[in-house]
Amino acid sequence: MNAPAPAASFKPQQFKSDVKPVWCPGCGDYTVLSSITKALAALEVRPENVAVVSGIGCSSRIPAYTTCYGFHGVHGRALAAATGLKVARPDLTVIAAGGDGDGYSIGGNHFLHACRRNVDLTYIVMDNRVYGMTKGQPSPTTEPDWDSKLSPHGTGLREFHPLVIALASGANFIARATSSDPNGTAELIAQAVRHPGFSFIEVLSPCVTFRPEQRSWKDMVHPAPVAPTDDPARAARRLMTDDGFNIGVLFAGHRKPYQPVKSATPRSVAELAAEFVL
Amino acid sequence: MKSRKRPARKAARATPKKRVLRQAPKRAAKTGRTKSARSGAYADFMVQAYAMENDARDRYTEFADQMEVHNNREVAQLFRKLARIEGLHAERIVKEMGWRKPPSAAEAWMWRQSEAPESVPSSGELHYLMQPYHALELALQCEQRAASFFTGITRSTAPADVKRIAKAMAADERDHVRLIQDWMRKVEKPHAGWDIDLDPPTYSE
Repeated sequence: MNAPAPAASFKPQQFKSDVKPVWCPGCGDYTVLSSITKALAALEVRPENVAVVSGIGCSSRIPAYTTCYGFHGVHGRALAAATGLKVARPDLTVIAAGGDGDGYSIGGNHFLHACRRNVDLTYIVMDNRVYGMTKGQPSPTTEPDWDSKLSPHGTGLREFHPLVIALASGANFIARATSSDPNGTAELIAQAVRHPGFSFIEVLSPCVTFRPEQRSWKDMVHPAPVAPTDDPARAARRLMTDDGFNIGVLFAGHRKPYQPVKSATPRSVAELAAEFVL
Repeated sequence: MKSRKRPARKAARATPKKRVLRQAPKRAAKTGRTKSARSGAYADFMVQAYAMENDARDRYTEFADQMEVHNNREVAQLFRKLARIEGLHAERIVKEMGWRKPPSAAEAWMWRQSEAPESVPSSGELHYLMQPYHALELALQCEQRAASFFTGITRSTAPADVKRIAKAMAADERDHVRLIQDWMRKVEKPHAGWDIDLDPPTYSE
């Protein structure tokens, strides 16, 4: 058997599988896929040492488009699966990915507790403020006045603020990226993976089909005017007054990641089962 | 994904590929420098130029794949052709520099700006019904950006050998601008309503 190639020799293209994405042309998720592969190449990891875990939705197709291990799971449960995987296999680089509907609505509760647990994994949410796969229903991050055939006159509901909620729930690294900046997004993903604990990146990723007006996001985004802080109180003030288009690392904390102590000796299934006997 | 039939546009296939490829030796001749006389900055610059061409090739390839998935074969072919041209430019740099293997990915992807100057922005620019003219419009913008990028270096405080090669590259890119403009004249301009689809995939009622 040949010796495995050194990790540094993997190019971004080698993290892309032969499966062609079926996203709409112009979709921001193409950029996120590219950015993930660039980040993994820069991190000098091997595809077999990375797991990409997702739920359901357009963006949740992403594991199939990589050569890493992938798990296209149940709607909203990407973080539950990713947490279990990282706890069982702390040697792996675990990336959970998905959309705003999957992550903040169906998986909203898992999002809160993944932030709270602070397991060392990276969660990338491709936020387009709409359920694209099911033809354009409003999602938790949709603006209250977004008028569409499926939400005439808008929902009238206050939108979810994922970065604020992530901070309040204990996420250890919080950043916002934009699909109009693939290299910047790659850098942020690489930083997020390197940062210990639960790292959360919201990527503004336009849905050109159901939200064509989001094409203008590329003109609205701007680098965050202040350096990242490790002070949650300061970060909270910033995020509460954030215009939603600040790009960069917005919080980088020092909480110790959660990782249960592994038993020194492997235990049998019967021993494990015995622990659950009432 | 819907299947669609399009009338073949012969003009779209009138690629000026050969003209682009014939320019290959020009850059080396213009610089007139031997490898041993080049500065470290020269090699760094060529790594950047290589990354730029490579990035453009990858982006066009991605776009060709996207168009194939959406059965827009004509534009897919055109993007594939543009990808081949950019790939040849990248190969030419490798040859010119005498690299045994291309520079590593980590060196290549670190850009000062969000996108490499010669790459079409990765999101928001495509439409599944787009036509060859649209694709060429995007390519034209890229070549113009690349020409400005290299021209900017010629006006910077870079070492003389870097400026010299940047000047040659800027001239190449300006040639490409003219070639794409010629190409666009041979391609049918899209009619108003080109993006109207009577059976849209977004129908939601």
